[in-house]
Amino acid sequence: MISEEQVRHVANLARLGLSDDEIEKMGTQLDAILDSIEKIRELDLADVPPTANPLNLSNVLRSDEPRPELSQEEALSMAPERVDDLFAVPRID
Amino acid sequence: MEVQERRTYTAVIGLEFHVHLATTTKMFCGCRVTYGEPPNTHTCPVCLGHPGALPVTNEKAVELGVMAGLALNCDVAERVVFARKNYFYPDLPKGYQISQYDEPICTGGHLDVLTSEGRIRVGITRLHLEEDAAKNVHVGTSGRMHGSVGSLIDFNRGGTPLMEIVTEPDIPSPEAARATANQLKEILRAVGVSEADMEKGQLRCDANVSIRNPDGSFGTKTELKNMNSFRFVERGLVRELERQREILESGGRVEQTTLHYDPETDEVHELRSKEYAHDYRYFPEPDLLPLELSPAYVRELGAQLPELPDQMLARFTRQYGLSEYDAGVLTADRDLAAFYEAVAAEVDPKQASNWISGDLRALLNETGMDISDSRVTPGHMIELIELVGSGKVSRSAARTVLGKVFETGDSPSAVVEREGLASVGSDELSGVVDEAISANPDEAERVRNGDKKVVGFLVGQVMKATRGNADGGRVRELLMEKLGS
Repeated sequence: MISEEQVRHVANLARLGLSDDEIEKMGTQLDAILDSIEKIRELDLADVPPTANPLNLSNVLRSDEPRPELSQEEALSMAPERVDDLFAVPRID
Repeated sequence: MEVQERRTYTAVIGLEFHVHLATTTKMFCGCRVTYGEPPNTHTCPVCLGHPGALPVTNEKAVELGVMAGLALNCDVAERVVFARKNYFYPDLPKGYQISQYDEPICTGGHLDVLTSEGRIRVGITRLHLEEDAAKNVHVGTSGRMHGSVGSLIDFNRGGTPLMEIVTEPDIPSPEAARATANQLKEILRAVGVSEADMEKGQLRCDANVSIRNPDGSFGTKTELKNMNSFRFVERGLVRELERQREILESGGRVEQTTLHYDPETDEVHELRSKEYAHDYRYFPEPDLLPLELSPAYVRELGAQLPELPDQMLARFTRQYGLSEYDAGVLTADRDLAAFYEAVAAEVDPKQASNWISGDLRALLNETGMDISDSRVTPGHMIELIELVGSGKVSRSAARTVLGKVFETGDSPSAVVEREGLASVGSDELSGVVDEAISANPDEAERVRNGDKKVVGFLVGQVMKATRGNADGGRVRELLMEKLGS
């Protein structure tokens, strides 16, 4: 069982402001996910390499060549706030 | 009276480097890597972290990572997995940095470093690839944010290919830390992995430092962040070790903390610790596929490695007959080494080494210049050494000539001509020697009677009369000849 404190910690790490009701709901849902992982753990997987990706591919690379970029105006049009040619965002300590 | 046991303090230092790779484009998108361009002019949905935009790894960055690892004697992994390092910061638009965690590209290498206390071997724990953050301009309440407190961001740097290199805590002193950083920089530049220009932020250095406990175990370490020159790395470490020693000597305990060194005041300041800063929740990056690096691929890149500083040092001792020390001095700076080779091809390699690693390097150190900024060319150096060799200029006058060439960029012969620094011709010199003998009859008599100590005095008189423009050895010979001693 995931504790309420753990749920609050994870929510804080994700910068999510959850109400008490939502904390409880998330706790239940996270428990369900953890249960599924516990089920997988019951299997003997010693010889199975960890899977980071479902695609059976590797070495998908691109050559070091420039591609089209956004113009300064396009890029800054999506800024929450703009000061001169810079994105302006709340400070994080 | 109580006899207090003198405790010896041994530093334990490990370094962590962040290096911009010399690619044309960013790590996971095709935006150009630039320096000093107008803000936010090299971005795209990938490096701005727009939802749905997908990263694709730059193959050149992978190659450079492998080559750096090989140059540092690392093992290159057969399988490499990128990971997300999750944290919130204004310069990180996705809320995570793509990095490598438990399957980095290289592990377990070393580099050999020449320090004033001899050669040391510094282990390389790991080397991994990641993306740089954007550039963050903090603004205080008095800033331009109209009352609010915030950060201004330029995303041009965001996503620049970055290589992190972590050493083992094998470094015994601040001076050795500086030498290690220099050696690493030279290796990276030699391989062409990075220009490693600290002023452009292409090479950044953090240090972990502690004082070894009396029982030999490691003391509590502190982290010294983001020192932007190797001189400050050394000075910051000196200062931090003093601080730790003062705490220990007054019976206190060193707290594990992150510090910033301020070169203006020569003090270290504690940085405000970020809450949850170390809860990064790494997990494999689902948007990227693993890399599989075959032995053939790694071999092929290994074959492309140029001569490394260590190999060059060995060659200099062999090919030019230099001492390991002189060869070390010359090869510690790739541009200086190239300059030396151009000169040594034309004149006596040992003379060339004396002039370049001695006089020329002293001038460079005094002015804080690199050989590439200097006005002295290999041609100048060759000309100067030939002027001395042919006796046209004395060794001491040649030093003055070099100083003037360094200042003006004029050719040595032009300087000799203008400043009247040519050696006194042999007839003229003979006359000056005769004058010195007749002006100092007592000393001359003592030399005649076999008192060789006085010869130096007479040589000095002659040198004075010629304003240093005579060859000291030649003057001595002439004196001995004339005094039949």
